[in-house]
Amino acid sequence: MTSVGIKTRDAIRRPRKHRSGGEWAILALLIVGGLIMLFPLLVILLNAFKSATDYATNGPLGFPREFSLKGIQTFWNATEFPWRIWTSVWTSGLVAAFAVVLSSLSAYALGIGRVKGRSWIVLLIMLANMMPQEALLYPLYMMFKSIGLYDSDWAIVIIFTVLQSAFGTYLLSSVYGTFPKAILEAATIDGASRWQIFHKVVLPVSRPTLSVLLVFFFVWTWNEYMIPNAFLISSRTQTVPIALSTLSGQNMMDATTTAGASLISIVPTLIFFLIFQKTLARGITVGSVK
Amino acid sequence: MSRIPGNPSRRFFIYLVPGIAMLIWIVVIPTVWNIYLSFTQYRGIRPPIWIGLENWKSLLHDHTFWVSFGNSIWMILAMVVIPIVIGLLLSSLIFDVIQKKFGARMASTLRAVYYIPQILPIAVASLAMGWILKPQEGVVNELLKAVGLGALQQNWLGSPRTALIMLMLIMIWIQLGYPVVIFLSGLQRVDPELYEAASLDGAGWYQRFRVITLPAITPEIFVVALTCTIAALKVFAPVYMLTTGGPGDSTMVPSYYSYSQFFQTQQVGYGAAISTALAVVIIIVAIVFTRIQQNSEQKSEE
Repeated sequence: MTSVGIKTRDAIRRPRKHRSGGEWAILALLIVGGLIMLFPLLVILLNAFKSATDYATNGPLGFPREFSLKGIQTFWNATEFPWRIWTSVWTSGLVAAFAVVLSSLSAYALGIGRVKGRSWIVLLIMLANMMPQEALLYPLYMMFKSIGLYDSDWAIVIIFTVLQSAFGTYLLSSVYGTFPKAILEAATIDGASRWQIFHKVVLPVSRPTLSVLLVFFFVWTWNEYMIPNAFLISSRTQTVPIALSTLSGQNMMDATTTAGASLISIVPTLIFFLIFQKTLARGITVGSVK
Repeated sequence: MSRIPGNPSRRFFIYLVPGIAMLIWIVVIPTVWNIYLSFTQYRGIRPPIWIGLENWKSLLHDHTFWVSFGNSIWMILAMVVIPIVIGLLLSSLIFDVIQKKFGARMASTLRAVYYIPQILPIAVASLAMGWILKPQEGVVNELLKAVGLGALQQNWLGSPRTALIMLMLIMIWIQLGYPVVIFLSGLQRVDPELYEAASLDGAGWYQRFRVITLPAITPEIFVVALTCTIAALKVFAPVYMLTTGGPGDSTMVPSYYSYSQFFQTQQVGYGAAISTALAVVIIIVAIVFTRIQQNSEQKSEE
């Protein structure tokens, strides 16, 4: 399943083949398709730095006459945007870290320890993965209200740590199920305890998979919508997507504010995507199981 | 198997404790509780009253409930069928033509471009699309006016004739990159020599696609179909943000329907019944898919 093939083949410089008209047509078609995919983003970019009057007179498709940060400013101030970013970062970060720890502990017992009743536990975890969030939503809402964690970011951290780790456990159990036996035996002969095997052998060997999971948990939690929307009702607890949708729901945003708000809400995701692009490209097949 | 010698498996149970305890707290108990609530009348204030199958009987006669699941089928068309068909075409063109004739860089750039809508937070994608489709000052309507087709201007998300179609187009836009990327990663297993040999034997692009590409990525097609079908049954944010199920119930989906019962009309028991029904449908879909997959694997082994 490695992608080595592509790279090495390309490294060998072959003389460019003749390109037929049909092939140019296919390239043109794919580029046009790509532009259609990017169109909403291009329109956002075109209008994020426009003044409201400019938008009113020249419409959404005109090139900005003057550089205006008004739209972005409106959103920035209304939501205290740096705090929204920070909320999203720390909640997603904690969920990613906790969920990876929880997944690897459980998967160690299931995949390598091969505990009794394993298949029932895996079945339970699969069901937990499939369960739609709306089938958990109201009881969770009641529970967290009663323990005083409603409208608290900690509720989001706890809930998504568990939901993401259900997926992580499912995936890692099958990865650990094929763990090289020789390594485990060697470690046992050297007198390593179960705990030492776990954190000195299993974790380091599976680091690539764990880092892919970490990135995915972070992105998934950052983008979550329904449960945070039901739980985070006051503006000081809201994550970026929830602040955005709350403000638009209150009809507080004109066109240029919408464009500006969309732009600065996309930027963190894009930066993250560019930083971890290699990890994501490796992990997209991981994400495909979700 | 890879059991560690001299380590009986029961000693590993301690490693399961935190994960299983949390799972019981956050998933198992709420699920059971939600099923219980579906047999009660509960408005969120006074304790729930047991009413047996009343909610479930009402569901059977509830027009909106059936419309919402009918719309799920449209969502499956928009998020599974169409993206898989277009995704197959795009990924095989990128793999078989672009990468070979225009280089790997062009291929990976195209792949990234098609994948971008997948990484946007769904709330951002929904908000931006809502503005693009707005009746006044919306981008699409302004565009139509600019090219002299002002007569075609619509309240795209606000009229029952177009709202569902627009929602489907938005979901296609969001979903398309996912099969493209997954199929491309599956295609890397294929030996390019195969394509060369087939070309030399005079096989055209379509024949190569049918005989080499399609069989090679059948497992990926199954995975994408299953995961996206489940995602299509759970669609929530775009409906909540753009149409609230309307106009009328033309864009109602099960997920939003249960949510609105929970938090808007305060019919918690009824919302619990809708969400339980949705969970059952999802589990059935998953079982059916797994069965089909097992059968097709057996067939290919024979």
